[in-house]
Amino acid sequence: MSQHVHEHIDSVGTYVGILVLLLIATVATTLVSFIDLGNFSVVAALAIAVCKMLLVALFFMHVRHSTKLTKLVIVGGLMWLAILLLLTLTDFATRGWTGPGR
Amino acid sequence: MEDSHAQAETLALREQFDTEAQQKDASTLGMWIFLITEIMFFGGMFAAYTIYRSAYPTVFGVASSSLNVTIGAINTCVLLLSSFTMVMAVRAGQLGQRNMIIFFLIITLIFGCVFLGVKAYEWTEKYEEHHMPGQIAFHLDGTPLQGPAKLFFSLYFAMTGLHALHMVVGVGILTFIILETKNGKYSADYYTPIDIAGLYWHFVDIVWIFLFPLLYLIDRHLPK
Repeated sequence: MSQHVHEHIDSVGTYVGILVLLLIATVATTLVSFIDLGNFSVVAALAIAVCKMLLVALFFMHVRHSTKLTKLVIVGGLMWLAILLLLTLTDFATRGWTGPGR
Repeated sequence: MEDSHAQAETLALREQFDTEAQQKDASTLGMWIFLITEIMFFGGMFAAYTIYRSAYPTVFGVASSSLNVTIGAINTCVLLLSSFTMVMAVRAGQLGQRNMIIFFLIITLIFGCVFLGVKAYEWTEKYEEHHMPGQIAFHLDGTPLQGPAKLFFSLYFAMTGLHALHMVVGVGILTFIILETKNGKYSADYYTPIDIAGLYWHFVDIVWIFLFPLLYLIDRHLPK
């Protein structure tokens, strides 16, 4: 064919490396949950989950080779998710602030 | 490109596109827009989870610790392995190695089915332990608050159930792609459906990456 659509073919080694990191992160998040970190337990759990998400998205889903438009749309989507979570939680957290007797 | 209109239409270059690269980018972008609607779909459930967990942190800890963490962690690894074999199938597609595409997709399919089988085993266990909301005999040891305990397990079944449903759809998609590959539809010039199916499969994997710590790993350090 005249032109090749696939400019980027990652090596098998890259994918194996990412898989190993993901498996290590899974063991890490499981072990960390058995340590008493107080309120930071959930922070640690989510931080590890976000790292795993980034590895899967950037390497397995090829986001790092994607067009700028695709990257922009993904970031935009995550912002919508942030709006969904943050506005719902601000509503929920502040419901007792107003009303009779406050 | 004037001359491209004169050429016969191919799978990799439909009439409405100027170049193969443009068609591929459009497919990728379209899939990501679909995945963003999926993020919002699951996002609503994560919002509900966050609110009820903040309202009943202790009960959620007790209920979470009643789940089987070893099985959960192993199943997470199974799903991560399936993502690896999926990306290897896409790589085989890029290289146009038809037999390798089929090989890796079948392995992915097997891992996906193993995940679903383990999930079914876990749900059966929950039923036998009377941890299924709606059971008249529902009871969770270690807390007087049975209502919020039902809330946790409602969220558990809704979220893992919705995730499992996506896995079942994924298994169907993989089966279809395997058959199409067998029929010789894909080559190094056109493997977009494998790539797009991969995006879907990895997305479902990412959802589980968040579900595992949020459902299985709350307050594990507390003595039970």
